Amino acid sequence: MSAPTMSRTDRDALARRPWRGHVREYDLFKELTVALVVVGLVIVGLSAIVGSPDEPSVTLKSWAQAQPADFVATATAELGGTSETAGYGPPYNTTADATQTIGAFDLQSFSGVQLPIDTAQDLVITPLTTLNTPPNAALVFLNDAAATEKADWTAAYTDALTNAPDNDPAQVAAGDYGPVPVLADSLLTMASQGSLDGVLNAQQTFYNSDYTRTILFLGDGAYFGDLATAARLTGDQWGMMNETGNTPGQSWLWLFSFWYQIEPFASAPNADLLVVLLMLVLSVLLTLVPFIPGLRDIPRWIPIHRLIWRDYYKKRAAGRS
Amino acid sequence: MSIREDRKTEPVEEYYTWTGKARGWLLKHLPADKLLPQDQPSYVASWIYVFGMGAIVSLVFIVISGVVLSLNGPAWYHVSDFGHFVNSVHLWSVELFFITMVVHLWGKYWMAAWRGGRTLTWITGMAAFLVSIVAAFTGYLLQTNFDSQWIAFEGKDALNASGIGAWFNVANLGQIFGFHIVLLPLAVGAVVALHVILVRMHGVVPPIDAAETDAQLQGATDQTEATR
Repeated sequence: MSAPTMSRTDRDALARRPWRGHVREYDLFKELTVALVVVGLVIVGLSAIVGSPDEPSVTLKSWAQAQPADFVATATAELGGTSETAGYGPPYNTTADATQTIGAFDLQSFSGVQLPIDTAQDLVITPLTTLNTPPNAALVFLNDAAATEKADWTAAYTDALTNAPDNDPAQVAAGDYGPVPVLADSLLTMASQGSLDGVLNAQQTFYNSDYTRTILFLGDGAYFGDLATAARLTGDQWGMMNETGNTPGQSWLWLFSFWYQIEPFASAPNADLLVVLLMLVLSVLLTLVPFIPGLRDIPRWIPIHRLIWRDYYKKRAAGRS
Repeated sequence: MSIREDRKTEPVEEYYTWTGKARGWLLKHLPADKLLPQDQPSYVASWIYVFGMGAIVSLVFIVISGVVLSLNGPAWYHVSDFGHFVNSVHLWSVELFFITMVVHLWGKYWMAAWRGGRTLTWITGMAAFLVSIVAAFTGYLLQTNFDSQWIAFEGKDALNASGIGAWFNVANLGQIFGFHIVLLPLAVGAVVALHVILVRMHGVVPPIDAAETDAQLQGATDQTEATR
């Protein structure tokens, strides 16, 4: 029976049974040893010559000192509940209509609020109460105010900061901002002196390894994102697969990053959900390719295997002639 | 009954316990000559075959350098030259692991290597690839530098949108540390081990369209090519 006339079952039978044809010597342990030496030399060489990047982390202190205006604007947004974190939805809070959905399909709400964050309380007010000399009068003033009054103060101060020269809090026009400027300035001082990092990370305990609040606070400002943009790390710069400096990053995430660069994903409000689901489907398809007609036949249609097994096919032809 | 007669009638070993049945199954499906072979079919002659071994060896270097890093804590490499070097070894092992694994994966795709009852081998290979991506992602989160801060900030959105961000919290260093040095390495190790065992059990897939009439299947009583 010649190969072209064989059925799929015939071909499968040959692949399924133990090989009864010619063999060649093969030393598994020798190959393992050679591979260990060769790959080890390549790894050690690259490590010694190229090394690995280690861009120092950003702290609330370095942010407050580098860009105090951005810090004050962000603190005001946290206090007024208008920051990105305040409007994020699950798992941080219950903000309405904030989740990424496809119709009624809402996985983000599935977890509920497992990591509750009240931005005004957790990121501004509670840290200020830990100071040796907290701004008590301003804190009481804020606490006694109605919700609408608080919202008006923070909104007015946000506008004033936006309109001030260089967004400088010291050059803000006079207005009715309630205790907001005092609280934001106190938090700026606290951050500049370095104590806010410790207070936010420690969360009233000695040990901590959860940086959720600090990361979210950093991300609500412009400073952190600007640094990431300069390092080519943002989502629209194929960020998830990049690394700081010139070292390759997670290049295996290229397809995941790719979808964020093109429409309709790039501008979709539910882009993360769409991309995750798409990658899930593609991963399942590749995993189950042996069962999928068409996909499993491509290697037969595009004969790259003729290159891989060229010696086998050459000898087979010679044998037949 | 003489000793000779007794040997003639020696019964085939019976497996009547779970342990015995497991031994019987293993001896049948993975005998020593399959597990540690001294030869391979003549068609196993291409550079494409070295990439699977390359991935395994890279994984060995990942584990060794990872153990050294974890014994000293995630912040050690910031303050130690040797620690920084070990961190570099860890990073480049991972890079080589993925390069060799991806070449291996696509090589096997173009060889349609799932043929002849090797479907589970392909699936475990894909599982190893996907679990390794998650493991590497948690490693990047453990860098405790600017890159890991940003990845935590940006990566949270996809996980939260999927509903798992609360339990796989990328900004929780302690949680990610556990995932990276225990759960995910165990998962990668288990899947890779199963994959390698399946490769040994089923053997290397023959060329596409290989037929019983091929020269390599004729006159192979010697079983060895002249080029040996």
